[in-house]
Amino acid sequence: MKYIDEFRDAELVKKTVSEIHRVAKRPSPIMEICGGQTHAIMHFGLDQLLPDTVELIHGPGCPVCVTPLEQIDKALAIAARPDVIFTSYGDMLRVPGSGKDLFSVRAAGGDVRVVYSPLDAVKIAQQNPDKQVVFFAIGFETTAPANAMSVVQAQALGLTNFSVLVSHVCVPPAMHAILGSPDNRVQGFLAAGHVCAVMGYWEYPPIAEQYQTPIVVTGFEPLDILQGILMTVKQLADGRAEVENAYARAVTFAGNKPAQAVINKVFRPCDRKWRGIGTIPASGYCLRPEFAAFDAEQRFAVGDIQPEESELCQAGLVLQGLLKPDECPAFGKECTPEHPLGATMVSGEGACAAYYRYKRK
Amino acid sequence: MSKNEPVYIESVMCPVPIRDRGHIILGHGSGGKLSGDLIADLFLPPFDNPALRAGDDAGVVDANYCTQLAVSTDSHVVWPLFFPGGDIGKLAVCGTVNDVAMMGAVPQFLTAGFILEEGLEIGLLEKIVASMKDAAAEAGVQIIAGDTKVVERGKADGVYINTSGVGLMLPGTEIGGALARPGDVVIVSGTIGDHGIAVLGARGDLGFETDIQSDVAPLNHLVNAMLETSDNIHVMRDPTRGGVASTLNEIAKQSGVGIVLDEGAIPVQTAVRAACEMLGFDSLYIANEGKLLAIVAREDADAVVEVMRKTKYGEDAAIIGEVTAEPPGRVLMKTAIGSTRIVDVLMGEMLPRIC
Repeated sequence: MKYIDEFRDAELVKKTVSEIHRVAKRPSPIMEICGGQTHAIMHFGLDQLLPDTVELIHGPGCPVCVTPLEQIDKALAIAARPDVIFTSYGDMLRVPGSGKDLFSVRAAGGDVRVVYSPLDAVKIAQQNPDKQVVFFAIGFETTAPANAMSVVQAQALGLTNFSVLVSHVCVPPAMHAILGSPDNRVQGFLAAGHVCAVMGYWEYPPIAEQYQTPIVVTGFEPLDILQGILMTVKQLADGRAEVENAYARAVTFAGNKPAQAVINKVFRPCDRKWRGIGTIPASGYCLRPEFAAFDAEQRFAVGDIQPEESELCQAGLVLQGLLKPDECPAFGKECTPEHPLGATMVSGEGACAAYYRYKRK
Repeated sequence: MSKNEPVYIESVMCPVPIRDRGHIILGHGSGGKLSGDLIADLFLPPFDNPALRAGDDAGVVDANYCTQLAVSTDSHVVWPLFFPGGDIGKLAVCGTVNDVAMMGAVPQFLTAGFILEEGLEIGLLEKIVASMKDAAAEAGVQIIAGDTKVVERGKADGVYINTSGVGLMLPGTEIGGALARPGDVVIVSGTIGDHGIAVLGARGDLGFETDIQSDVAPLNHLVNAMLETSDNIHVMRDPTRGGVASTLNEIAKQSGVGIVLDEGAIPVQTAVRAACEMLGFDSLYIANEGKLLAIVAREDADAVVEVMRKTKYGEDAAIIGEVTAEPPGRVLMKTAIGSTRIVDVLMGEMLPRIC
């Protein structure tokens, strides 16, 4: 299949792997930010091909995993209302809130629907004028443009029955938080290709410079990821700390300007809590005041929800790259995809789920 | 908070697990882990008997001292009722015919129960019944009893069909999910994932158009041809809900063996692969309705595949893996680039990735 097979070519994979073995002579802990990359690494077994010197640390780039519990509890409260059609990307339905998930709300009679695009949620609002339609706007910079566009469209259509529950997070502040942490082990970053397709990589040179850490924009196919690793270990071997682009077929320095414009029109940066990590300053998007009419938190007055937490789960350490999923004592025992203790075991992009699916002993 | 203040970890935060749901969720019908748990925990204990406990596609019982029957039942709730390559009627006949045939039995008779929603067009029902007639004729089975119920508008979705089937076991045939042995090979009868993607496409859930047709078909003639060729077919099963991955996991667990698949050998139509790539699905988990998996002694495998390829529904049959002693209960995949990964059962509903 075109555009897939050439990036999974076994011969080219072997060549790139042997080049990584040749170059990576010193221990190189590298973090792939994006959960999609973690999943691809496990799916294709790329970690099995790498030399012992290259350790892949799985980053917090799974939007489902880092959405804070109180936002999920707010979603559960809103979705349970009889006047609401609650719409969400599929992954969020299985993430446990305090005691239940959106699947349970649906089974108990709530109208919870999976959509592939927030624009489908706008359509549902148009078709159901007697219902309040709420979209769970989660994700990184990748989903932000479409989520913002849904608000712009709803406004243009004059819809008064559409709102968004916003829980957006951004990559660069998380990289700052990880590199600035006293426990940091990360020596190089694979930057998330899809995020960079939207945002470009103009935000990264100051980070590479400040922390003297190479950052390589990386795609999602086996050869993309191996090429990203190779470029990172080369930089480490040469003592360089630059921003390079290994995903030029999708990413430019400036990124997608119209997409950035719609993000900026609808959202403003705000402090955001990351599940398992804590509050990171200016790490999320919130609705701008002029779009407050579309804010589900205000419309349904769910601001005061206080979640309860489990004590077994160590997703926080996993999300910061301080613990490998299979080193967690609950992994595969108390915690499985069927009975997840934490969101990292739920989402297809969660590191624990990827380990459980492809790598458990 | 200012931008350059260091971030301290507040706590290790995680939610309380959801163990006791108390309600049925859609995942209980996915054919994956939740379905399996429901059967093992809720249905099997009160109904327990040897035929049910075997956990195969059909229950096999002695009718008298020389005749064994294979009996199976299957309810069909597919939406939409008509999709490329088939409809709920064809599906209802083929599904049960195939479940009976997978035991190495010759399907003979079916029953059909219809649950109809008030307001259903009679013309639609006629089309569905005509399709059942054609499928039954092709399979060589008769529909000998039936039932009709009507429920109020909104209490069902058009029509649901239950079929039950009875087949005569061929003398000397012993086929079951617990009979796979190390050294056997795994055969699939053709391309995987066609049905699930065709139905998604018909629902408009793909967001793009495809010409993928469902593979729904009666497989009993294919099974006959295979059984005439080899006495060493140990397991046969049709990988419907939960797909090839879930079915092979069931077999690995029932037989206490490992199964190692060769990624490059598994036949998948390009259009199905493309749809899966775009939606974040894995074709190993997509439902099939006209495919079978067979686990066959290695020495007979080539002959079986050759015979399968001469039949209408086995043209793309291929050897896709082998049975190993280790690791028991696990399915592994050897990738084209030389690594190995676990192939697990389907967990919950199929969920698309979101970024």
